[in-house]
Amino acid sequence: MTASQIIFYIISAFILGTAILSVTTRKIFRSAIWLLFSLIGIAGLYFWLEVEFIAAVQIVVYVGGIVVLIIFSLFLTQQAGKEMLKPPILRSIASVLAVLFGFALTYYLIYKNNFQATDRNFDLSVKKIGSQMLETGENGYALPFEVVSILLLAAMVGCIVIAIKSKPEENNG
Amino acid sequence: MADIPISHILFVSTALFFIGMYGLFTRRNMITMLMSVELILNSVNINFVVFNKYMYPDKLDGIFFTIFIITIAAAEAAVAIAIIINLYRSHRSIDVESAEEMKY
Repeated sequence: MTASQIIFYIISAFILGTAILSVTTRKIFRSAIWLLFSLIGIAGLYFWLEVEFIAAVQIVVYVGGIVVLIIFSLFLTQQAGKEMLKPPILRSIASVLAVLFGFALTYYLIYKNNFQATDRNFDLSVKKIGSQMLETGENGYALPFEVVSILLLAAMVGCIVIAIKSKPEENNG
Repeated sequence: MADIPISHILFVSTALFFIGMYGLFTRRNMITMLMSVELILNSVNINFVVFNKYMYPDKLDGIFFTIFIITIAAAEAAVAIAIIINLYRSHRSIDVESAEEMKY
């Protein structure tokens, strides 16, 4: 085994282990912290794949944004040290079975398909991403870029409208 | 890099997807369900990047899909948390079972 392979298996084991802990631990705050580690592991996997730009975006948006948002909302909505209820035993067994069968079927299909890597080189430069993102030609992504910017604006306004505290009636009159 | 077959990387992403599904099936707390959804979206992102890098290296479409998925996941998490906080104000609980009156 080369060093690259060993690093890949270590990163994969880290991602899967922390993800399993994140969905099985009964303390909700620990669950959020395990999710944080799992997302960092995925960023490490992107670094291993040599797509540094995606790895940086992953760290900035997921680790720096979404997990912090989740932890804030945990503190706003409940006691972080409290244990969650155990799921009913029947539901746990049924879920494990469903997940195992689904995983076996999907991985069987992937294994049968036998994807082969091409030996052409992959060059990902930020300059290429940027120029293709704003190109209006055949391979350009200018329209999705604009649509996503509108979506972000709508999401921001929607969040404020949904979460705003409505004034009690007696203050108005 | 080519010494790891693609199927091993796809094993990681498939396993991550079904771990997220397990969390979605067993949890009844809205925030933990949201965390499971994030895991599922991440496994999809790994797939896009791997297919783009190993099978279509002269294009960048998978990278763009990954970037757009990350953006939409951020917007989705923000809206979901706003809804959860609003629900907590009216029901004092973020359990999905306690919100079942919204069905009718």
